[in-house]
Amino acid sequence: MWKWLHPYAKADRAYQLCNTLLPYFAVITVVCLVVGWVWGLAFAPADYQQKDSYRIIFIHVPSAILSMGAYSSMAIAAIVALVWQLRNAELAVIAIAPVGAAMTAIALITGAAWGKPMWGAWWVWDARLTSELILLFLYLGVLSLYHAFEDKKAAGKAACILAIVGVINLPIIHFSVEWWNTLHQGATITKFDTSAIDPSMLWPLFINIAGFAGFVGVITLIRLKNEILQREKHRPWVRSLVSRG
Amino acid sequence: MQFESFSDFIAMGGYGFFVWLSYGSCAAILAGILISSLNDGKKLKKEVKAQMLREERIKKAKEEAKV
Repeated sequence: MWKWLHPYAKADRAYQLCNTLLPYFAVITVVCLVVGWVWGLAFAPADYQQKDSYRIIFIHVPSAILSMGAYSSMAIAAIVALVWQLRNAELAVIAIAPVGAAMTAIALITGAAWGKPMWGAWWVWDARLTSELILLFLYLGVLSLYHAFEDKKAAGKAACILAIVGVINLPIIHFSVEWWNTLHQGATITKFDTSAIDPSMLWPLFINIAGFAGFVGVITLIRLKNEILQREKHRPWVRSLVSRG
Repeated sequence: MQFESFSDFIAMGGYGFFVWLSYGSCAAILAGILISSLNDGKKLKKEVKAQMLREERIKKAKEEAKV
């Protein structure tokens, strides 16, 4: 049943698949980000308490969600790479990590710019903020571990193990606002009973989440292509691809 | 539209600095990683091309040396 998947373990087929998927992800990303940003900045109503400062939510929440989503995908790729010894999965881990780190950095920076006017401080050593900072270090750790080894087989294995161990941080981030008494507010849209946000603000937020997810996809595909080329640069298929254009 | 004028939009009800700081840094990070990822790919392809040309030159030189 799953046999159709097998050819994609080959580097050139995976490369082609990336090329096929890229335009779709690019279109979704551009459309969602343009609509989401314009809607969030100019058309969504101001918050009754936080006024216009709350508009940071339209990039803060998507980047924070995607920082954790990208980490989950990276960890799944790491498990696949270690268990089934698929090299493409290992390359995917290294392709996701930089954009995951970028999402985490955006979440931290926009959080600081939101914290200053609302809490009166750019940074507090709050459980949510600290665990998100650790997530950034995990991404950077995975990347630097990979680049520290000359032997890329060992490098991939080490990076995958760190990526999997780091998963422990995800529930800590998610539940930090419940387990500890934090300055950071609790969940807004992931509460299953009733959402604590009005539809006029929820829609642009959803569109932005889709846009950020698309962006993570675009960067992952581009970087996965690069990683495949890097690993396979002596192979004939890469050479014919390069000489063709 | 929630704002009366363009200057109102920039001011963001007094929170302009914080709102534009976050949107600005976000845009910069997104653009930065996109451009650097695309550049990496171009550089890699150039490298492979250069290597192919180099090998061709070596091959040619060897053939000429034989003659």
